[in-house]
Amino acid sequence: MRKLAGISTAYLGAAFTSAHADYALNMRQGVTSTSQSVYDLHMIIFWVCCVIGVVVFGAMIYSIVNHRKSKGAVAAQFHESTTMEILWTVVPIVILVSMAIPATNTLLAMEDTGDAEMTIKVTGIQWKWKYDYVDGDAAGVSFISSLHPDHNQARLLGSGADVTQFGDNYLMEVDNPVVIPTGKKVRFLLTAADVIHSWWVPDLGWKKDAIPGFVNEAWTKLDEPGTYRGKCAELCGKDHGFMPIVVVAKSPEDYALWVAEQKGAAAAAAASADREWTAEELIAKGEQVYTANCAACHLANGQGVPPAFPALAGSAIATGDLAAHIDRVLNGKAGTAMAAYRSILNDADLAAVISYERNAWGNSAGVVQPAAIKAAR
Amino acid sequence: MSTATATHDEHHDHGPAKGLMRWVTTTNHKDIGTLYLLFALVMFFIGGAMAMVIRAELFQPGLQLVDPQFFNSMTTVHALVMIFGAVMPAFTGLANWLIPMMIGAPDMALPRMNNFSFWILPFAFSLLLSTFFMNGGGPAGGWTLYPPLSLQMGDGFPFLIFAIHLAGISSIMGSINIVVTILNMRAPGMTLMKMPLFVWTWLITAYLLIATMPVLAGAVTMLLTDKFAGTSFFSAAGGGDPVMFQHIFWFFGHPEVYILILPAFGIVSAIVPTFARKPLFGYSSMVYATASIAFLSFIVWAHHMFTVGMPVVGELFFMYATMMIAVPTGVKVFNWVSTMWKGSMTFETPMLFAVGFIIMFTIGGFSGLMLAIAPADFQYHDTYFVVAHFHYVLVTGAVYSIMAAAYYWLPKWTGNMYDEKLGKMHFWISTVSVNVLFFPQHFLGLAGMPRRIPDYSVQFTDWNVISSIGGFVFGASQLMFAYVVIKTIRGGEKATSQVWEGAHGLEWTLPSPPPYHSFTEAPEVK
Repeated sequence: MRKLAGISTAYLGAAFTSAHADYALNMRQGVTSTSQSVYDLHMIIFWVCCVIGVVVFGAMIYSIVNHRKSKGAVAAQFHESTTMEILWTVVPIVILVSMAIPATNTLLAMEDTGDAEMTIKVTGIQWKWKYDYVDGDAAGVSFISSLHPDHNQARLLGSGADVTQFGDNYLMEVDNPVVIPTGKKVRFLLTAADVIHSWWVPDLGWKKDAIPGFVNEAWTKLDEPGTYRGKCAELCGKDHGFMPIVVVAKSPEDYALWVAEQKGAAAAAAASADREWTAEELIAKGEQVYTANCAACHLANGQGVPPAFPALAGSAIATGDLAAHIDRVLNGKAGTAMAAYRSILNDADLAAVISYERNAWGNSAGVVQPAAIKAAR
Repeated sequence: MSTATATHDEHHDHGPAKGLMRWVTTTNHKDIGTLYLLFALVMFFIGGAMAMVIRAELFQPGLQLVDPQFFNSMTTVHALVMIFGAVMPAFTGLANWLIPMMIGAPDMALPRMNNFSFWILPFAFSLLLSTFFMNGGGPAGGWTLYPPLSLQMGDGFPFLIFAIHLAGISSIMGSINIVVTILNMRAPGMTLMKMPLFVWTWLITAYLLIATMPVLAGAVTMLLTDKFAGTSFFSAAGGGDPVMFQHIFWFFGHPEVYILILPAFGIVSAIVPTFARKPLFGYSSMVYATASIAFLSFIVWAHHMFTVGMPVVGELFFMYATMMIAVPTGVKVFNWVSTMWKGSMTFETPMLFAVGFIIMFTIGGFSGLMLAIAPADFQYHDTYFVVAHFHYVLVTGAVYSIMAAAYYWLPKWTGNMYDEKLGKMHFWISTVSVNVLFFPQHFLGLAGMPRRIPDYSVQFTDWNVISSIGGFVFGASQLMFAYVVIKTIRGGEKATSQVWEGAHGLEWTLPSPPPYHSFTEAPEVK
């Protein structure tokens, strides 16, 4: 018993000391005009509730203290009063109408995506986000944003990692943040490839569901450069808790530099798809792609979690007919969590990851060139 | 009505059958009520054990105990078990025990169906829980079963759907029985507007169940055919619409919320006047408020879906309609407080739970009002703020009212008084711990912690630690309740027929415990 108490005290002690002293109480005010008006609405309705609470609970507590039998209270026998009933129906209605007016104004402003200066398409994929820059200087830029590999390693059951080393941003760090310029009204088009996700950065003041087959709209305008973090808010399966969102707002000058960098990288990737790769290059690149996209289900050791997530080590597909393997990765498998990667990864990445899967964990089935993927599309 | 009692008079001397078969074949409303209540208690502990797993995993950032898939199945099945296995059967059990005694009837109107509607439940929940042992594990897509995610479930999927069908059939049969009993078996003079509020609230609840359970059955059947028969009701790729499922589900789901709370209103409206020794302040306005809430419950469903991207006009409509619910709910709270005002109150355990209900349910109502404001909901939605909100209305609301009812009527049912000291201890430990458990979850949600996640960022640690500690204490303290119930069944100070000094109503005119058939001769109600 004493031992048990000792252990639990140590556990509790660790819990309190390792934690950041961060007993946050209230909603974040955020950094946009929208988040500010949402915060203001939140505070108004909160204080309205507090006032009603003080009146109702006050009357109740007064009654509990004074109208008790032990104090010799004799029960009055009054009941039914139409006046009272009308009063406590009408007063709340008046309060509610006065609440509805500012709420309506804010809602109309939030849903007005007109006059946007640029558009970014956001696609939720189990369990990462894909960003496509639809128009403007960055048109054509496209990348996947997933949980940072270090965090992804530390969060595994039995990893033994001390997650507090990552500080407040544990599980809120990605490999490729979405970058937007300050001072511009940015429209987001939200959709999903597999199940429903929800894109939420609290500092922007809203969340919006990303639904397969639907395109939802939302907008934001950030005035200050900075990094703003959030998470998927709609349960989307096993790793729902592990698909963060990081938005980086850059000044127009820095944003232009970032766009140039992205375009350069995209051109290089396109060029590399047309050349012949060595087997070592493919497998080395493939391991990175696999870790970022496949390891969440099929695991780093290729063993998967059957039956939901089959093993790739020694599997019929990863060691058998190449065309079938390419088809499965390009088109996914309907009715399962296996996504169609044709629109998620480029030819070089696909060739690399397929080559890696065919040569890792004891598999030995040769490599495939990017050109073959291009032909198979 | 008189023919029903006359046929019973011919063989009024038969008592319960002997042995285990009594419980299997019983058609007696008290036996069936007891079965429902015990089943609910068992489910309360099974669902509670799942909640303990959730709170243990969330005690610290990082994954320590369970993998994310199993965590998701814990949150999913915890909800299904608590809603369909604990709270709803507990209310049906109370209805079975109390409605015939309150309206002066010998039994329920349809006794054989009553037996069936109970005995379906153990099968339904065995099916549901058996999915944990199948390929792919238990359901992990949330109790709302949103496709496409819910369709990714493994071999257990059809078992989940059939479990829901069975539970739904049980509820519909139970509800039809309640409606028929109330409308046909009232004692002479028991007009509708003289019925106790518990009977009124259950009458309205039963209609809500009959109206919405088939909707749920339709929605889950469409999931089943989407998975196995190649239909595409909810698959955009096949011309279907994943959001349509949410509309159909919440058209059931929102009235369901009131199914879980209207009988609680009835219980509290019975207990507060007894211990205030003063009549309920506004009986008829309570009836009208209940009916208004039931009506409004059908036109607010999409407030669960503010973030799916509805047209702005739709969002405005559902925001206004939702805000309106605060009006009849407020009427109820004001009436309870006015009933207490200038009463002569004592605070036995049922009254403590009833007062706890009024205060904490109102807190849940406040956060509900905040959630109704659509722009603010864009921040609150799918966060721990929502988790805190519905646990305030369901745990300190529905569950507290069931606890209050158990303490209030146990002496009537068993003929023995419960242990008052233990009952009060149970109340105080529960009330402190449940607030330690759920209040900090408001802060977590506002700070940005989404719901249904097994692991969180480090800044959320402090409140999660506190919430988990509250959770462990609250969970453990419910064992006390089980102990008190068992102790009372086994013996104790003998209860009088009125039990409570201020109690009024037909059930208190019967001896404690009441005879096997409640009113073999219809009482005269003035």
